[in-house]
Amino acid sequence: MKQFWKSMLKSPSGVIGLIILVLAISIAVFGPMLFPNSPWRMVQRPFLPPFTLSTVPLGTDALGRDVFAGMIFGARVSLLVGLVSTLVALLVGVPIGAMAGYFGGKTDDALMRFTEFFQTIPSFALAIVLVAILQPSIYSIVASIAVVSWPPVARLVRGEVLSLRTREYVQAAVVTGQSNTWIILREILPNALSPVIVLASLMVATAILLESSLAFLGLGDPNLISWGYMVGAGRTVIRQAWWITVFPGVAILISVLGLNLIGEGLNDALNPRLSREGR
Amino acid sequence: MMTAPPAVSIRNLRIALPKGAERPFAVDGVSLDLRPGKIVCVVGESGSGKSMCAHALMGLLPDTVSVTSGEIQFEGRDLLKLDDDGWRDLRGRRLAMIFQEPMTALNPLMRIGDQMAEMFEAHGLLTPKERRAKALSLAREVGLPDPERIVRAYPHQLSGGQRQRAMIAMALALEPAVLVADEPTTALDVTTQAQILKLIRNLQRNRNMAVMFITHDFGVVADIADQVVVLRHGKVVEEGPAAIVFSEPQHDYTKALLAAVPSMDPPGRAPLDDQARAVEVIGLDKTYVTSGGWFREDRRVDAARAVNFNILKGETLGLVGESGSGKSSVARLVMRLIEADRGTVRIGETDLTQLSGKALRAERHRIQMIFQDPFASLNPRRKIGSIIADGPIAAGTDPKVALDRARDLLKMVGLDAGALERYPHEFSGGQRQRIGIARALALEPEIIVADEAVSALDVSVQAQVLRLLEDLKARLGLSMLFITHDLRVAAQICDRIAVMQRGAIVELKPTAQLFAAPEHAYTRELLAAVPGQKERAPAA
Amino acid sequence: MLSFVAQRVLKGVIVLLAIVVLNFFLIRLAPGDPAVVMAGEAGASDPVFVKQLREKFGLDKPLPEQLLIYVKGVVSLDLGFSFRQQAPVAKLIGERLPATLLLTLTAFAISLMLGILFGTFAARFAGTFLDTAITVFALIFYAMPIFWVALMGILLFSVTMDWLPSFGYETVGANLTGFAHAVDVAKHLIMPAMTLGLFFMATYTRMTRASMLEVKRLDFVKTARAKGLSDAVIQRRHVLRNALLPVVTLAGVHSGTLIGGAVITETVFAWPGIGRLMYDALLQRDYNLLLGVFVICSAMVLIFNLITDLVYRLVDPRIEFAS
Repeated sequence: MKQFWKSMLKSPSGVIGLIILVLAISIAVFGPMLFPNSPWRMVQRPFLPPFTLSTVPLGTDALGRDVFAGMIFGARVSLLVGLVSTLVALLVGVPIGAMAGYFGGKTDDALMRFTEFFQTIPSFALAIVLVAILQPSIYSIVASIAVVSWPPVARLVRGEVLSLRTREYVQAAVVTGQSNTWIILREILPNALSPVIVLASLMVATAILLESSLAFLGLGDPNLISWGYMVGAGRTVIRQAWWITVFPGVAILISVLGLNLIGEGLNDALNPRLSREGR
Repeated sequence: MMTAPPAVSIRNLRIALPKGAERPFAVDGVSLDLRPGKIVCVVGESGSGKSMCAHALMGLLPDTVSVTSGEIQFEGRDLLKLDDDGWRDLRGRRLAMIFQEPMTALNPLMRIGDQMAEMFEAHGLLTPKERRAKALSLAREVGLPDPERIVRAYPHQLSGGQRQRAMIAMALALEPAVLVADEPTTALDVTTQAQILKLIRNLQRNRNMAVMFITHDFGVVADIADQVVVLRHGKVVEEGPAAIVFSEPQHDYTKALLAAVPSMDPPGRAPLDDQARAVEVIGLDKTYVTSGGWFREDRRVDAARAVNFNILKGETLGLVGESGSGKSSVARLVMRLIEADRGTVRIGETDLTQLSGKALRAERHRIQMIFQDPFASLNPRRKIGSIIADGPIAAGTDPKVALDRARDLLKMVGLDAGALERYPHEFSGGQRQRIGIARALALEPEIIVADEAVSALDVSVQAQVLRLLEDLKARLGLSMLFITHDLRVAAQICDRIAVMQRGAIVELKPTAQLFAAPEHAYTRELLAAVPGQKERAPAA
Repeated sequence: MLSFVAQRVLKGVIVLLAIVVLNFFLIRLAPGDPAVVMAGEAGASDPVFVKQLREKFGLDKPLPEQLLIYVKGVVSLDLGFSFRQQAPVAKLIGERLPATLLLTLTAFAISLMLGILFGTFAARFAGTFLDTAITVFALIFYAMPIFWVALMGILLFSVTMDWLPSFGYETVGANLTGFAHAVDVAKHLIMPAMTLGLFFMATYTRMTRASMLEVKRLDFVKTARAKGLSDAVIQRRHVLRNALLPVVTLAGVHSGTLIGGAVITETVFAWPGIGRLMYDALLQRDYNLLLGVFVICSAMVLIFNLITDLVYRLVDPRIEFAS
């Protein structure tokens, strides 16, 4: 564990990513407590430019709502949706991939056909259709994003398990009489997890992009303010009030960038050491 | 003796490794000469720096190392002072190199003929048409079958031996003065190796080239070397004409290395006819089928065809063959790591092939396996103690008892009890194989299957591990199925030997008989191909 | 090779059929009466239309029969009727498809060419300032949501600098023909295509860079150096060719995301393609139209995947078709 943190801190991308992530989480968790203004309330005249009034540092939107408050509360939605949908996708994808890779044969065939089917469907289009049909709410959004995100996980886990299954120490476990469950859980998965962890951080980034795109198109939860929604709402008045679209977009950009950087840092930290073993 | 001046003169070469390496210098003050028409074999175990010398001669050292001192004199110039353009001019034209792994050394997306023609293109010679014609004639010269087809083929469509011939053809295209060969036959089967060695010797003689041949195999050295240079930890410990180094080695290290090479003379062995059968294998069949989809035919490979053999209690049966012979598949079939299409495997009275699931797991402890790759056979995330004790614990032993036993086993294989708490990456290849042996013994098996258990080890470590295996076998009354491609090792350790070719056993005899009077043509070919059997064979 | 294509086309047809079945169940998943759902918000107010739908799709019959009727309809290219737009869905899609193809193919071409170019540069000058700059830019573009890039583009190039038009396919009412028309369309195409392409350009840049650095370490590159070949030839013939293989695979993987991105791009730029159509269907709660566009999008992805797979097999001789 200590080794892991040391290598993680050695990569500059990892450090920057961690800083951004910690910042984002702090804003999401503590923001609403420190700045309790509701983002839905009209607090000033509409279209107040940013940096003019200290109580509304980032200006107001078409209805006089505080843009800064919107961004604080929006952080919660984006991060929550990102994390939960990724978790669900992992809970679905990892077992499917592990079973397909370990048991092979017909199980593998069946599970892979199923996975391929989902992978062929354009993910954003499917997400739109699902949210539209199920009516937009935070639950349908999380579910839709999870549904379109799990196939790459399954694919990756299957590939790793497949290659590990023929690794000699796994064969040794079979030969010494271990049960299948034990082998999958103690020998294979711990060694297969590193690429999955890297993928997970990238998935959270993609989930945030998906959620904001859905909200932009008007498919967000109508009771929750989200960065995508704010950009969408400001689209028609972009000529008069550029700040309504710019600031939330920057927030999305920074969050996603931070998560991508963490992914890079994780990749550097968890990759097998290019050791000069036995050469 | 030879009054011709050396083609290449390496003087006091010192190559530094990056900070944090096991030692400061990969190559530490090495001096050697290459003379026209002579083969100099640079021998050493892994990490001796021999490959670095070869790369230095071509200016192909990796960026992580640096030459700190020394010189390489060639055609009146110090090569180490050359710039990029200077090197590019010499490479291929005057100095050529062939590598160990022919599959990865060739561009998978280019045809063989095009890669050969590139040699000429690199130095601006000949028209494209002439280059193609030259490629064809080169292919013929190195003995490639059906040259017109080969020249238009891609690397993956050729066999290992053919790829190596193609590489040699490329290297010789511009008739260089010096050929550097970095373990060119190590990745090849023994019969193919014999052919390639002969080819290199002939070509070298015809063109009067100076050859630097890197190898770790003393048999190969015995067969082709004119001069021998022995490297250890980057330093030259012995050098001289091959005949003298073999008959009168001076340095202790050389003596130890030569002694560690197993002899081709099988020792006398006590007959075991009156013992009970420990393992009985009857009619084992296994065919691998790769499905061709809906429109193509399936591809079938026979891994085992009606394989029959017995192993008596206390006996070691050797399974020898080249790659593709099916010997590894048979080992895995016997262990029931893969399922046979047909056939029976019996351990004592129990028919293993009839069992499955829990019943099979309950019987598994009777036959255990030692694997080939010391770096892949131990789970990198588990401690040694767990690795050894896991098997017994799964069978119901109390964890404390299992760990105590693990401690005893480690002592038995020559490692100290502190290893229990450490991780695999802290140990060397030889030590890891010992841990693998301890793991196999933890379940108190009757039979051990050793699948190329010493093939990945240096020759000195190999000798130690083989001694350990013999010792344990005798002490614990084990039977052993020993899979190997190395006939010398088989000669020393097996009571009987089964020779496999393309899935079938072609000959099965007591070792001494097999070596003295082989009947099957393939056995004879195999025995003849083993390098180092001439009068200059290492002193026993 | 033909049998390979046949095999893949067959598989593709099966997948499309499965998607159609999926559509069938999705409609029933929506809250409310399926007939009302299929009629859409506008059509639901017309009871005659709803009754027509109920009869046509046999919504009183048992489920398996309904499924058969539905699938038969789609197979005969009857994707339903959009009450709001008063036109068959198939016709609406057919009219808009060319515009989407123009946009996505242009974006793909731009992203691939620029991506490979920058990636090669970054790999060539790895470790230098140029490499870091390219990598940072790629990282940033990769993190930008497409809709935001679109809006920032409009803000910069249309609102502030007034260089490029911000919506539509051509200048309304200009009635241009021939070359002038092509130029007009091109002017309208630049921003949407660049917007859509930027994200993918970033991925291809990073993939190309990583792949080239990895291939450079392989043995056959050492062989090429041992032959005395010049650096330029080695880069081009040995490194680049092998490094581009995973990029081709990536292109196939990303085809789904490309289509999805087109939906957003067309919406922001009012580009008259099927993506825009999907957005309109969304606003109007016209589920028939929505699902129709969905099926066509999936078909596009399948075809695109087939093409990239074919290209990969043609380029890599290690993978065989059929002998």
